[in-house]
Amino acid sequence: MGAYVLRRLGWGALVLLGVLFLLFVLFFAVTDPDDIARKALGEKVPPAVIEQWKANHGYDRPLWPWQDFENNLLFDHYRRMLTFDFGLSDADDSPITERIRDGMGPSLALTVPLLVLGLGVSIPLSLLVAFFRETYIDRMGVFLCVLAMSVSTLLYIIGAQFLIGKVLRWFPISGFDPDPLLLPRFLALPLLVGVLSGIGADVRFYRTAFIEESTRDFVRTARAKGASEARIMTRHVLRNALIPILTQVVLAIPFLFSGSLLLESFFGIPGLGGVTVDAIQANDFSTLRTMVFIYSLLFVFGQIATDLSYGLVDPRVRFE
Amino acid sequence: MSPLLEIRNLRTAFPGARSGFGPREPVHVVDDVSFSLDRGEVLALVGESGSGKSVTALSLLRLVPKPGRVTAGEVRLDGRDLMTLSVGEMRRIRGKRIAMIFQEPMTALNPVLRVGDQVVEAIQLHELVSRAEARARTRALFAEVGIPDPDERLDAYPHQLSGGLKQRVMIAMALAMRPELLIADEPTTALDVTMQAQILRLLRDLQRERRMAILLITHDLGIVNELADRIAVMYAGRLVELAPRAELFANPLHPYTRGLLAAIPALAEPGTRLHEIPGVVPSAGRWPKGCRFTPRCSERFEPCEAQDPAETTRPNGRRVYCHAVAEGRR
Repeated sequence: MGAYVLRRLGWGALVLLGVLFLLFVLFFAVTDPDDIARKALGEKVPPAVIEQWKANHGYDRPLWPWQDFENNLLFDHYRRMLTFDFGLSDADDSPITERIRDGMGPSLALTVPLLVLGLGVSIPLSLLVAFFRETYIDRMGVFLCVLAMSVSTLLYIIGAQFLIGKVLRWFPISGFDPDPLLLPRFLALPLLVGVLSGIGADVRFYRTAFIEESTRDFVRTARAKGASEARIMTRHVLRNALIPILTQVVLAIPFLFSGSLLLESFFGIPGLGGVTVDAIQANDFSTLRTMVFIYSLLFVFGQIATDLSYGLVDPRVRFE
Repeated sequence: MSPLLEIRNLRTAFPGARSGFGPREPVHVVDDVSFSLDRGEVLALVGESGSGKSVTALSLLRLVPKPGRVTAGEVRLDGRDLMTLSVGEMRRIRGKRIAMIFQEPMTALNPVLRVGDQVVEAIQLHELVSRAEARARTRALFAEVGIPDPDERLDAYPHQLSGGLKQRVMIAMALAMRPELLIADEPTTALDVTMQAQILRLLRDLQRERRMAILLITHDLGIVNELADRIAVMYAGRLVELAPRAELFANPLHPYTRGLLAAIPALAEPGTRLHEIPGVVPSAGRWPKGCRFTPRCSERFEPCEAQDPAETTRPNGRRVYCHAVAEGRR
C-alpha cells in the first residue's frame, strides 16, 4: 500500500512536470513575451515601453537554459509554479497568489455544502426510486429527473432569485458575507439552485447503479435467507453500488476548490469560478498559466484519491 | 402423517412477447405442478434447461424474479399455504424453515462482505442473539460443513475462497437456522468433478444427521442416484413422471424419462452409440398443444396432439402423465 501510494505520487509528479513543460512551450515559446506585452499594453506602444513592461514582469530573460543557464525563463517558470509563487497578473499587475487565496474561501463555502447536500438528497432519493423500480413511483421519478435535467440552470437561477428572493423575500437575491451568522442566508439560494440543477442527472446515475446491483445473485441469496427489502437495499446493494458512485464523487472533490462559474457570477460570490474565464478574456497569460497548472494538480490528485478510495469500499481491490 | 410440504396445481407465469398492439400474453413456465415432500425425504426435480424446475423452486419461496409471478396453486408447509402469508410472515419462513442454496457459489455471496458476517446475518435475521454468539455458531457451522481453518475463513471475503469453499459457506448459511427443508438448485453444476462428489457427500451426510428434507434440483441424473428417495421429472413446465428412485430407474414409464435414462453414459451398453432424444425443448410460449413432448415422442398417437395427458396413478404414489400409459399401451 505505502509503496503503491509512493509510486502513484511519483508518476503524478512526472505528469505535472510534463504539464509544466507543455505550458511553457505554449505560453513562452509559441506566444513569446513580446506578444504578451502587446496584448497587455496595446498594439501601438513604443518598443521601449514593451521592454520596460517585460522587465517588470521578468519576461526579459532568455527562454532556454542553453542560452543562459543561470538566468532563463524555463527554470524560472518551474521554480515559481512548484513553489506556488505565481507572481503578478499580466492584466492588472495584481498578485495572483493572493487572488487565489482570497477566492478559495468563498468558493469552498459554496461547493462543499453543495456536494454534501447533493449527495444527501440524491442518494436516498435514488435508493427510493430503485426500491420501487418498475412501478409508477419509479417511472414518475425518472420522468421528474429528466425534466429537472432538461431545464437550464439559468432558469433555476432566475426563477429562484425572482420567486424566493424578490416575491417571497426569504433570502437575499445575491451577495456574500463571510460572517458565519450571515453566510447561510447568502448561500441558501445558490445551494438550492445547485442541488436542484444537479439532482436529475445524479439520481438517474445512482438509480442505474442501484438497480444494476439489485439484480445480482447475492441479492437473491439475501432474500432467501429472510432479509427484508429495505435491509437488502441498505446493507447489500448500497455497499456494492458505492463503487461506481465513489469514482464520480472523489474525482469531483478536488474541483470544489475551483468553484462554480455560473452560481458565483449570478449570486455575487467572490470565488474562483470566474478566474479562468476572466483571465482568458483579459489576455491575462500569467493567471491562465497558473490556473491550468492548478487544475492539473487537482486532477492528478483526484485520480490518485479515487484509486485509493476503491480499496476502502471494495475488498477485492489490492494495491500493488 | 401429513407431508412437510405439499404443492398443489402450482402455476407461475412470465409476460410473453407482445403480439401486435395487444396485451402481453402470460406464459406459464410452471404449469399445474403438484408434488409433496415428507420430512427427511430427498426429492429430486429433474429436467433439461428451461423445463421450469428452478422457477418451481423459486416459486415455493415466493422469490420468482419480477415480472414473473405465481398465478395459481397452493404451497402448504405443515398445512399452511405460503402463498397467502404476508410479506413479513413469508420472510420469517425463508432461511429459517426453508433454506436455499444456488447453482453459482461464485456470485451468490456478496463480494464486499466477509463470508462469516453473511452467515452471522442469516442467524441474526431470525434470532435475537449477540454478534459474538452468532459468530461462534457460524464457526461451528463452518467446521460442520468441512471448511478448513474456520477461524480464519470467517473473516475472508468471497474472492479469497475457492468455488468449493464458497458453496460450503452457502451450505453453512442455509443450515444456520436448522431448516426443515433445504432447496438445492443445481448445487454442484458450477464445480469440478471431485468437488461435486465432495459436496454431494456433504449434503447426504447433513441430510441424514439432521433429518432434513431436500428438494434437489438438477439436470444430472447421475447425482440423483446418490441422494434422492423419489424423482420428479419435468418437461416444458409440466411434471411428466414422479416415482421412487429405484422404480424409476428400473422401469421408466414416460417416453421422456426413458429417453433421459438412456442418455446417461454410465448406464449405457459399452461400445454402443449413446442415445439422444431427437429435437430440442421448445422454448417457453411455443409449447405444442396437448402433450408437450409429442413432437419428440417416438410413441405418439392420435390423442397426444389434441389433449393434455391424463394422470395415471399407481398405488405407491407413482404418477405418470402420458396417453400411452393411461391407455395401457405400456
